[in-house]
Order: sequence, then structure tokens, then C-alpha cells
Amino acid sequence: MSRFADLFMGMLGAAPKKPEVVSERVQTIMFRKYEDKDRYIKEKMHARDHHLVSHKWRNRRWAVLLAVNLLFVFSFWLDIQILEGALTASRFVGFHLIDLNSALQVMLAHKHIIVNLFIGTFTVFLIWVLLGGRTFCSWVCPYHLLAEWAEALHLKLVEKKLVTDHEFHRGTRTVFWLLFALLAIVTGYTVFETLSPTGILSRALIYGPGLALGWVGLLLVFEIVYSRRAWCRYVCPIGLTYGAVGSLSPLRVSFHVEHCFHEGDCRKVCLVPHVLDVTVKGRASEESMSLGPDCTRCGLCVDVCPTGALRYEVKGLSQLL
Amino acid sequence: MNAPVEKPKKPAMSLEKAAKARRKFLQSVGLTGGVVGLSLLGYIPVLGASAHRLRPPGALNEADFLSSCIKCGQCVQVCPVEAIKLGDMIDGFGVGVPHIDPRQQACDFSCDAVQCILACPTGSLTYKKPPFLNIREGALLAAAPILKAKENDPEPTLNLKERIGVARLARPSACLAVQGKGFKGQARGAGFPGKMRYMDVDRWKPIPIAEHPYDLPLCDLCVRECPVKGAIELRPFKSADGTSRMQPVVLEPCVGCGVCEMVCPAEPAAIVVDAQATWHGEVALAPAPAVTPKEPS
Ligand code: SF4
Ligand code: SF4
Ligand code: SF4
Ligand code: SF4
Repeated sequence: MSRFADLFMGMLGAAPKKPEVVSERVQTIMFRKYEDKDRYIKEKMHARDHHLVSHKWRNRRWAVLLAVNLLFVFSFWLDIQILEGALTASRFVGFHLIDLNSALQVMLAHKHIIVNLFIGTFTVFLIWVLLGGRTFCSWVCPYHLLAEWAEALHLKLVEKKLVTDHEFHRGTRTVFWLLFALLAIVTGYTVFETLSPTGILSRALIYGPGLALGWVGLLLVFEIVYSRRAWCRYVCPIGLTYGAVGSLSPLRVSFHVEHCFHEGDCRKVCLVPHVLDVTVKGRASEESMSLGPDCTRCGLCVDVCPTGALRYEVKGLSQLL
Repeated sequence: MNAPVEKPKKPAMSLEKAAKARRKFLQSVGLTGGVVGLSLLGYIPVLGASAHRLRPPGALNEADFLSSCIKCGQCVQVCPVEAIKLGDMIDGFGVGVPHIDPRQQACDFSCDAVQCILACPTGSLTYKKPPFLNIREGALLAAAPILKAKENDPEPTLNLKERIGVARLARPSACLAVQGKGFKGQARGAGFPGKMRYMDVDRWKPIPIAEHPYDLPLCDLCVRECPVKGAIELRPFKSADGTSRMQPVVLEPCVGCGVCEMVCPAEPAAIVVDAQATWHGEVALAPAPAVTPKEPS
């Protein structure tokens, strides 16, 4: 339980800690890697040579993300009425679905909950408990996709030494979450929604573009020239809300220390590299560990790892199989 | 046994590192302040008096509406005449919140059953307000409005308790009826894209107003096309020069849908809907305006 608490605190912004106790198995594994260094290095080179850069999960994810968003668009444009509404709230063949963070904003601002709102929120809650909360971020949120492309551009510019990355404290996102909740209560308006690029983009796709896209553009420029993935990493309360829900989820990315070379390719591609802290030498306490709740299950690390030390896993299922 | 591979103990934070941490902290504070500050700019249009928009039927009072609307646009999707539009950044906290611009496209109840209310998941649009949300005096309709299009149905009324605005003859001197003039042709010109349901053309499908020309000896378009029974009528009055004229008079059943404003051929419209206005009794007929006065500029 305390590991769960540590991971949760990590999501809120606490720095990752070294494990206090390391299991016997892990100690033997690490010892073997140390003893048999030459073989280990050889193995590593071998794996590297044979590792094709794969985009398997990324491509699947982009396909899902586009499909979901286009389903919204076509439901309205072609009037096929499968997924009506926008990402903040919708109806999927008649069932209410309501985004947890938007619902929270509305409840705090309006201080009143009607039945439909509750039903829709509960359905979505269940979906993301099953699928893993932050799965929403990387598999559904349209801003995530744009930000991913902006990030690629940012990294190119960094490589050419045209810009430098400015990191903020990860705890700011927790502060934002609290501030936006407080603002909703005090002002009686859903203040966060005014700026939420997720809502703005979803509506722009479905109902047509507007001035609000200018704000989304500014955000992307900020991320390209100043701070890598700033909105998703340091600001967006949606991610934190879903992260909290997803902490209960059985679906996750797991890490297997035996196969890991501790080179950190995964941490370089990750939106939330602090969840991959276990891949640092000496940070894993168990032979296989699931990543923290902040993980968006985007699979970039799964794709990039040459040895398959990171995989998707449904908790409890691997033991059953 | 301890893990054999261990990094050396961290030294105390160097000065450089401390400076970096401080910079990071200050930048984080800056980011927080910046984003929250920007979000609060949303107040400006909301507090400005100009923010009064015509909301879709069944909308809660403005502040409650803004706080409860989840900005999903499901109301937009169900409207058969596409009367509902969503707010943009200039609406501040109203970004993504639905409104109607009646001059462009009014709600004519083509949907028969106030579908937008049915679609709304949050109760921002509602048939019946929960008791703790107050009803502004004059917003409550005396009786359920009778939809002219359904007059012969077993259930002719609209499930609507409050009006969203009230129509007003804002420019009597521009009104063709007041001038004693008729109207021939398309109410808003051939290029106007607005739609409306004409029962005599198709019970279910709204058609472009431009496809439905008129030929009237005396203009009564607002009265003729008002979808609500008894909401507006043409009444005689004595004009300043002593001649007997007619003018539209708005009555209590007016729900504020805006059809009269959309269809009025005068430019700008002689009759307009005051968004979120309430009923304060009939506007007196006298003193009558002169027949051919100058348009006040
Ligand atoms: S009541 Fe009016 S605005 Fe609402 S859906 Fe029907 S026609 Fe559209
Ligand atoms: S359906 Fe309701 S919650 Fe959704 S945009 Fe319309 S008024 Fe707002
Ligand atoms: S008078 Fe105008 S606003 Fe009022 S109900 Fe009739 S058409 Fe609608
Ligand atoms: S439609 Fe306009 S011009 Fe015609 S009677 Fe009504 S207010 Fe006057």
C-alpha cells in the first residue's frame, strides 16, 4: 500500500524515491547482471542491433484517437447519431457519457447535480477505471495528438540548439487542479473550461473553428519554443483527475527488471518520465512492477524498449494465464 | 545483502543547483499566475452588459446557465433549423455555451417538442426548474404556449414554462404595417439562408424562407409567422396625422423565440426580441408614431 501511496504522491508532484527494501529476487538479478557484465553487454548490443524501431502502439493509438474524434464529427455532420455531443459530454447510442473533469467543474460551479449528469459521470468513471484513467489523455484527447507533434518539433529544435527546454515543477499541476476547483466554487463559473484546449478542440472539430483556436495555437507555440509538453505535464487538471481514477485500474504498463539495460530510452520518449523512475538502476524493488498512475498508457516506451522490459499488462490476468 | 549497484551518496545541494531549483520554483509560480490570470479574463465579457445573449428555450437564469452548461453542444445537434450556436473566446466564461441569434436564425419550434431541452444532459435547459433555482418575475408564462403548428393535435402545447425573451416593436417608424404598406417577395431577400417550417408546405421539414415568397396587401409577417398562438397581433391605432393604421402588439404568451425578428422585412428589423427580458404588460399603443418620420440615427 505504501508503494501505491508513493506513486500517487509522485503523480501529485513529489520526486521519486529510492526503494527502502529491494526484494531478494531483484537483488539476485542485479547481482547476476553485475557478475556477468561481459555477457550482459554482449546481450545488450545484440538486442540493440536487432531492435527495429517500432511504431506499433503509437500507430494503433493514433488510429483510435482519430477514430473516436471522427466519430463525434461524423455523428453530427452525417447525422449518423452514434456519438452525439462533444468530449465534455456526449451520448453514445443513447447512453450518457460525461467527462469526469467537466462534470466536476459543473458540479462545483453550479452546486447542483441532476440525475443524467450523475449517470453519465458514473458510466465514464467505470470505463476509465477499467481502461486506466490516463488512457483518456493519450488515446482520446485531441490536444494530446497536436502536442505530440509539437513535441517532436520541439525536440528537433532542441537538437539544433535553437531552443532550450524549461522544466517547471510537476507539482504545479496539482496546484492548478486545486485552484481551478476553488475558482469554480468561488466564482460560480466553470473557469477551467474557458481555457481547456481539449474542449475547445473537440468543439472546433465538431461545430467548426473559432477564435478559441488561437489560444490552442499559442499553447502549442509555447510548448515548441519554451517548455516540452508544458500543458499536459504541468497544467491540465483533466490528466490529474483521470490519473486518480486510473490508479484503481487493472490495465497498465509493467516493467520487468530482468530484461532492462537501464539505458533510459524509454524515459526520453515519455510524457511523464517520472513514472519510469523504476527503470533507473537500483530503483526497482520488485521483479516486475506496474508504472505509476500518471502513466498515460501511450505505449511509446513499449515501442522503444529494445528488450521488451516494458509491456502492457492486465493486473491479475498474467497470473491467471 | 544490499543491491550491489548503487550510486554514491548525493552531496549536499550545490549553490548552482539551489539557484536552479529556485528559478524553477519561480517559473512555476509564474506559470500558475499566468494561466489563472488568463482564465480570469473570462470575467470581462460576462460582467459587461453586452453579454446578454438569447439562450435556447428552457435555459436557466444567466448565471446558473453559465455555471451548469457543460459545453457539449448536444442542443446544437438536435435543432432542426440549426438555430443554436456555441459561444467563442469573446464570450469569456460563455465559450462553448449555446445561444441563438434570432435575426440570423430563430427557433421556430420545428422540432415540435423543444428537443434541445430533451438533449441537454446537465439541466441547463430544462422543462422544470428545481425549486431552489428562482424564476424571475415575468419570466413565467401564464399558460403552456400553444404551438400553432400543433393546434389540431391532441396535445397542442409546448412543454415550456418560462420565456427566454420578449419581442418589442423597437422601430415603429420602420414597420411596414405602421406605414400602411404591404409586402411582396422574399421576406429577407433571395440570399438569406434562414429556414422555417411552413405547415402548408411540409409538416416536418423546414425550408429556406427565401423559397417562400409573400404577396401581402398589408405586412403582417411577424404576426403570421409567429409559431405561438396569441403571442402577437395586429391592432389598429390612430396615427399622428389622424389616419387609421395597424401595428403589431406583443402579448403575454410571447416566449421570445425570435421568429418575428428573423422574418421582419424591414432592415434593420422593426421588431426585435430582447434577450432574457421578462413580461411587464402590454406596451401601450399611444402615442402613435408619425407615419413618415425620419429614421432616428
Ligand atoms: S426548441 Fe427551437 S431551438 Fe430548441 S431544438 Fe426546437 S427549434 Fe431548435
Ligand atoms: S446541451 Fe445543455 S450542457 Fe450541452 S451545450 Fe446545450 S445547454 Fe449546454
Ligand atoms: S411574438 Fe415573436 S418572439 Fe414572441 S413568440 Fe411570437 S415570434 Fe416568437
Ligand atoms: S414583419 Fe416587421 S414590418 Fe411587418 S408588420 Fe411585423 S414588424 Fe412590421
